[in-house]
Amino acid sequence: MNDTGMTTTPADTTVLPGPETGYERPNYLNAAYGLRSWLLTRDHKRIAILYLISVTVFFAIGGLFALLIRLELLTPEGDMVQPDTYNRLFTMHGIVMVFFFLIPAIPAVLGNFLVPLMIGAKDLAFPKLNLASWYVYNVAGLFTLWSIAHGGVDTGWTFYTPFSTHYSNTYVISAALGIFISGFSSIFTGLNFIVTIHRMRAPGMTWFRLPLFIWSHYATSLIIVLGTPVVAVTILMVAAERVLHLGIFDPALGGDPVLFQHLFWFYSHPAVYIMILPAMGVVSELVAAFSRKPVFGYKVVAFASIGIAVLGFLVWGHHMFVAGESVYIATVFSVLSMLVAIPSAVKVFNWTATLYEGSVSYQTPMLYALGFIGLFTLGGLTGVMVATLGIDAHVHDTYFIVAHFHYIMVGGTIMGYMGGLHYWWPKITGKLYPAFLSRLAALLIFVGFNLTFFPQFILGYLGMPRRYWSYPPEFQVLNVLSTAGASILGVGYILPLFYFIWSMRYGKKSGDNPWGAVGLEWDTPSPPPTENFHTIPVVTHGPYEYNTKEVHDRTSPPEARVG
Amino acid sequence: MAHHHDPKRTLLIYFAVFGALLIGTLLTVLAAKVDLGMMNDVVALGIAATKAMLVILFFMHVRDSTRMVALTAMGGFLWLAILIGITLLNYVTLETVLQVPGK
Amino acid sequence: MIDTHGSGAPAAHDDHHHPRLQHHFDSLEQQKESSTLGMWLFLVTEIMFFGGLFTVYVIYRYAYPKVFAASSHHLDVLWGGINTAVLICSSLTMALSIYAAQINKRKLIVVFLIATILLGATFLGIKTVEYMDKIKHHLVPGFGLHFAPDDPHLQGANGQHAQLFFSLYFIMTGLHALHMIIGIGVLSVLAVLAWKGRYDSSYYNPLECTGLYWHFVDIVWIFLFPLLYLLGAHAR
Repeated sequence: MNDTGMTTTPADTTVLPGPETGYERPNYLNAAYGLRSWLLTRDHKRIAILYLISVTVFFAIGGLFALLIRLELLTPEGDMVQPDTYNRLFTMHGIVMVFFFLIPAIPAVLGNFLVPLMIGAKDLAFPKLNLASWYVYNVAGLFTLWSIAHGGVDTGWTFYTPFSTHYSNTYVISAALGIFISGFSSIFTGLNFIVTIHRMRAPGMTWFRLPLFIWSHYATSLIIVLGTPVVAVTILMVAAERVLHLGIFDPALGGDPVLFQHLFWFYSHPAVYIMILPAMGVVSELVAAFSRKPVFGYKVVAFASIGIAVLGFLVWGHHMFVAGESVYIATVFSVLSMLVAIPSAVKVFNWTATLYEGSVSYQTPMLYALGFIGLFTLGGLTGVMVATLGIDAHVHDTYFIVAHFHYIMVGGTIMGYMGGLHYWWPKITGKLYPAFLSRLAALLIFVGFNLTFFPQFILGYLGMPRRYWSYPPEFQVLNVLSTAGASILGVGYILPLFYFIWSMRYGKKSGDNPWGAVGLEWDTPSPPPTENFHTIPVVTHGPYEYNTKEVHDRTSPPEARVG
Repeated sequence: MAHHHDPKRTLLIYFAVFGALLIGTLLTVLAAKVDLGMMNDVVALGIAATKAMLVILFFMHVRDSTRMVALTAMGGFLWLAILIGITLLNYVTLETVLQVPGK
Repeated sequence: MIDTHGSGAPAAHDDHHHPRLQHHFDSLEQQKESSTLGMWLFLVTEIMFFGGLFTVYVIYRYAYPKVFAASSHHLDVLWGGINTAVLICSSLTMALSIYAAQINKRKLIVVFLIATILLGATFLGIKTVEYMDKIKHHLVPGFGLHFAPDDPHLQGANGQHAQLFFSLYFIMTGLHALHMIIGIGVLSVLAVLAWKGRYDSSYYNPLECTGLYWHFVDIVWIFLFPLLYLLGAHAR
């Protein structure tokens, strides 16, 4: 008896004694002990946890840089660090956050764990490649850490030429190599997801019965495979110019530094969709589960993911409106950039429509989902603003842009990541975390975030440039507010670190489906057995079937004290 | 999927493609020696694309593979066309506003 | 959607005890189709990887057509042409090694793999000769060397633009050669495994995947040859 019409043996939970007897069933966590069993695992679930540890470390490092930036910006004068040092701070903050946290986090942690479970497979298509992806990520991380240990890089995470190729006196190559190698890690994951989703769905799991989380990760993987190699080869050219003096972008030889920007942004714009699409996938799952309703307009949302992935490749020039690109192509990029907002907006409308007349409960994951919807909307609307040539000419390279992308990256992606972690934590660990603390953290994050970044919209609009180590005194009040917000945000992020770790040892056992959610991943025990399903399910209807009487009778709304 | 094929036919196809590729190479060298103006590029790329198609369809067995494989191959080349096409569009339309660097 | 293979029929019965079937797959066919699709996706990344360089080439060729043609004149069409033929032969032998697996001829697989390796090595040998020639004629930009083409068409500003051509030449052919070296390495391992009888008509995925990679590297050269070597082929 389960929620997706599994017609074979009864649900796994009835076969063995349940958690209430204290007997610990075989699952992927207790299947084997010891460092080797983890470091040489091929189990996608264990690899997801390995990634969880790695991305958390890099998130902390990136956050540390953010803290230092905000401390410097408490006062108008540059008084905490040297201007060169400030350049290194924001560069390393960007590199670490973008390449070592935002891009891998949701796909490599939640995606790795859930994709096989959600489609009814035993593992990803290429388990060894999956493990390799984690190792490659860490090697890449080592190069970046080496670069940090030797003073960091000062080019901005965007590595614009000719500064990065000629004039920077920092260890550009090692940081660039770190990014180059991390690209392979990303590609291995994306490739794995695409093949898995195409070839390893359970019987009856047709494309339009897939959870939207899967559609999002599929679209993300397409972007990864098509875009990442371009930034890789571009970094290679920068390295060739720096080390071998092969001046591809050197104006003295007739080269064009702006050509670097075309190649860089061809990937780096779609990269932002790599960062947001998985979070959108999480939000779709959360909104359905905590409204106990199917997502409104499922097919539209699914196609919107693909639409975002495709259109996202056609707008990169909006990063170069004032860089000297052709005014004709700038106009085209402007229009296309507005078009790409449409599928994202459609998703927001559909999530809202899902909530309407749903049986909404406000557990911690739902708090993050709701936060996402609001903050992502603000970030997205300001995106349409800066897609407008006239506005961007004014706000480019100011804090308006910084605020815009942090609303998407932090208000969007990180909220999605946190929501997903909180939702699937019982599935991953079989444990519950303290409800009060988790809601407090969510609140702190929401308040802290807005206090940090909303003032930055105003600052940017008033003309405060980004990447400057000092600013005119009239901007101080807003900067102080922003730094205050950042401190609160920091506390909000540290709390989960403590209660999640606490929950692994002392948390209450969650039971297999504490949220009463519908989905193949919830039809298997929490934590799942190594092989995911004792018998592969046969799927007979779509996801989010909360509204059928059969399902209604068998599942119960999430208990108030859960999460 | 090769078990559907007659081994002799497979061999024949391989050698035919091999021959066509060599002939194509010769053709492209000969065509390059003649000044055809703008058509030189068209001919060279056309022959190269044809050779690539032969390799893809027959040596890489795409003709006998799933539709997904064919779509994947096409998608890759389409995306490269997007990268080159739009970037070139920028430089081509720059001429009317700015000088192309160094020209 | 496009394919129906993923959500479907139960596995073929005789596959389950095949030593090469990995546990998370239901059938050899599913495993083979997965590895083929996976390899193709990797090749898409390679298309975009080399593609970035082709983009740079197109832009600078558009900007400096005469200098590019004059620079190209310094590349030897004969060597380039021979190398193109060598690679085409190696693609044939690669395809034949898979054919040999399909008809269960173990030794023939090894013969064709070795032939492919030797042809690949020949290509690299010829490239080495060409590179040495460039060094001799001071046509190598960067590397701390002195770029000084002995050509009235490539002096002054033209000489600087010519450095763009030659930088692209070395990066593109160098990257291509690196891919060939990796390919030869993998083929060598496969040749040893093939000798040990690892591949037959029921299982030859690694051969197929390596073949795809090898053919792709051939295709890159099919485009590099006219774009780099044949630009200046007609009399100026």
